[in-house]
Amino acid sequence: MSIGILLQIAQTLAAILLAPLLMGWVNQCRAWLQGRSAPPLMQPYRVLKKLFHKDVAIAHNASPLFRFAPYMIFSCMALAAGIVPTIANDLAFSPAADVIALVGVFALARIFQALAAMDIGTAFGSLGARREMLVSFLAEPALLMVVFTASLISQSTELPIIVETLAHREFAIYPSMAFAAVAFWMISTAENARIPVDNPTTHLELTMIHEAMILEYSARHLALIEWAVALKLFTYSALGIALFVPWGIAPRGDLAALPLAVLALLAKMIAGGATLSLLEATAAKLRLFRVPEFLGTAFLLGVLGMLIHFLLEV
Amino acid sequence: MEKRSEAEFRGTAKRLGDVELTLTPQGHEAIWRFALDADRLPSFAQGIQDEGGQLLALWGSDDRHLNRGFAVHVAFLSSVGLIWTTSALAPDAPVYPDLAHVFPQADRMQRATFDLLGIKAEGALDTRKWLRHSAWNEDEFPLRKDFSPRPSPLAVDAYPFIRVEGDGVHEIAVGPIHAGTIEPGHFRFSVIGDRILKLEQRLGYTHQGVEKRFEGLDLATGAKLSGRVSGDSHTAFTWAYCMAVEQATHGRVPERALWLRALFLEIERVANHLGDLGYLGNDAALSFGFMQFWRLRETWLRQSASLFGHRYLFDRIVPGGVACDLNESGQVELIASADRLEIEVCELKAIYDEHAGLQDRFAHTGVVKPAMAARLGLTGLAGRASAQAWDIRAQFPQAPYDQLDVNMATARKGDVLARVEVRFAEVHESLRLIREIVKRLPSGAIHTPLEAVHGVCEGLGWVAGWRGEVLVAVRIGAEGKLDRVHPHDPSWQNWPLLEVGTLGNIVPDFPLINKSFNLSYSGQDL
Repeated sequence: MSIGILLQIAQTLAAILLAPLLMGWVNQCRAWLQGRSAPPLMQPYRVLKKLFHKDVAIAHNASPLFRFAPYMIFSCMALAAGIVPTIANDLAFSPAADVIALVGVFALARIFQALAAMDIGTAFGSLGARREMLVSFLAEPALLMVVFTASLISQSTELPIIVETLAHREFAIYPSMAFAAVAFWMISTAENARIPVDNPTTHLELTMIHEAMILEYSARHLALIEWAVALKLFTYSALGIALFVPWGIAPRGDLAALPLAVLALLAKMIAGGATLSLLEATAAKLRLFRVPEFLGTAFLLGVLGMLIHFLLEV
Repeated sequence: MEKRSEAEFRGTAKRLGDVELTLTPQGHEAIWRFALDADRLPSFAQGIQDEGGQLLALWGSDDRHLNRGFAVHVAFLSSVGLIWTTSALAPDAPVYPDLAHVFPQADRMQRATFDLLGIKAEGALDTRKWLRHSAWNEDEFPLRKDFSPRPSPLAVDAYPFIRVEGDGVHEIAVGPIHAGTIEPGHFRFSVIGDRILKLEQRLGYTHQGVEKRFEGLDLATGAKLSGRVSGDSHTAFTWAYCMAVEQATHGRVPERALWLRALFLEIERVANHLGDLGYLGNDAALSFGFMQFWRLRETWLRQSASLFGHRYLFDRIVPGGVACDLNESGQVELIASADRLEIEVCELKAIYDEHAGLQDRFAHTGVVKPAMAARLGLTGLAGRASAQAWDIRAQFPQAPYDQLDVNMATARKGDVLARVEVRFAEVHESLRLIREIVKRLPSGAIHTPLEAVHGVCEGLGWVAGWRGEVLVAVRIGAEGKLDRVHPHDPSWQNWPLLEVGTLGNIVPDFPLINKSFNLSYSGQDL
């Protein structure tokens, strides 16, 4: 158990520290695919450092909620990162927090984000919060459908058990997971504010979803939110890896497999980041009112995955 | 509309305004000028409209130092070309009848004319200020010759926006300071959710008193200033200004200089269209398109820098000719790069055309129907995308366009996609024109000094800039200095159509629609 706690702490810390690196990698790939020279891999760290050194400018009518929200959001994301197995399957949290709790943690962060955005009362804040709610109330059930498909296979909603089933039992091909994987990509673009649902690099305030909510933040608050964004992307990538390509994650009690697990994670993150930026580079942003159709399709694919599980895999 | 003979037009005009015309061709054979009683302006305007014409520009002048009163000037577009009417007004309490009920595009121009000169449009529905924010007092008129500024009022800039009433309606105020480094303008959206019920613009934030600054400048400095009215239309404005000055002074421009001016104008058009096509991709989050088009644009600008000495061809056109020549090796280089650019633009067009996500964003977004475009006077590139087939390079060609046979690009749908298509077509046509001009460039001098001016004289320049037709009216005083210059950007007519084109769309599509028009702030704020 003590090893479990150690691994738990190590994994969570690794996620927090490595998340900006993944962001830097995605930004690099995107730059290359657009045919321009890329920013340095460590750029997100520099941005965070810069932001932490700045003085906070805050609106006069901001309530304590506005100041509190960034810490809350960051903690939620750190907690979420702890729930998903990245290198080892031996997680102390896992009996307490399953995938449904994970979805709930994301939702909690989102609630605070949206409330903070509306707190100051600027037009853009509430605009962004409203859109975020539209996107998330469609994305959340679809995400649940995806994890339920995996849960039906492994008969558990605990992520370590899902990974155990998929990676370390007898190898089997699950057609249902193919549908779930496509749905998962669609949901993760919406949840992480990426193209085609949102554009993280835009300066057009009227088109923003996530960025509109954080326009009023500065300095350390903004740094925490930016870090939380990177952490969320990292956690989603880790979740995708755990659900769809879990091979390489060290099984419970097998410490010798850890070095290989670290290498496997690195390789998967590099490939995943490159794929994400490739999909982004070739897509245009959806018209906002097409997003419900897009996420409806994701939900449908999630449900199809479950049905196929019952049809073919039981 | 077919071109009609001058005699026929005289008949029409006589019937319309019952005026004895002194139609004076203004050097440019399609510009006509005459004096018209202010009372007859509305019926004359109505006649122009019945004939299918448009109002292009409206401005005023303070002529009291010439022993007259004030004057209001109107430029109409008609089948014979541009008609420039001047109506003398009383020196005290100058008024003229409202033209906005005939041509709605006159509304903002009338309001600006009042702000600057105190000339009132009698009977106008909208009498709110337009260019005046809090920089000068309500009873002061900066363009009057006897204007001496008092300390500015520093009052809060109260401006009554039109309110939309109803359940769930709320306003989003955007700008004048935006998240990106763009020009300042305020947009007041009334929305339900993300659907736009009304958009109202408030412009004038970049008012710099350009027209006042022109007063007393010499002709060469005036050319520099005119080019800086709206930087992206530098060549169009400078050419229009020089055309006006050359008309006024009866100057003759060498043929080679005219051809080089057309070359500069087409280079400017290509550069701007490339930039816009990139931005349109970027606003739909297809950064690939943005980067590629801006790479092409950058190469194109650098070529201008190496061939002509300035990336944006600033100050290459001067009164009496042009300031730089194109040698043999430059000609070869220009043709080769036009060829290369054409191939790359074709490739990128194929990508844009086949990108389902991009086409979905472009198509049916920001529609301005042809009927609405005609009613409100949509002009230039955006007008041609809504079936307003006016291109003075094709219909009223001046040298050298009269020998180039320009193909006008038009579309009917009036959505963002139509404006994209027109831009692509115009890039190709401009590249063809560039090659044609370079191949047929006549030899000779590139500059003839203008003769000294004796007495007050006036002229008007009319040039097809990339955004639309640019007008510059010039009056030179007796001592040879500029007395009154009015530069007119087509954005004046097109800004209100952006309001119309946005109706019924959703808020996040506005930047895309806005960019597809790409109107000038400083060009209309002056």
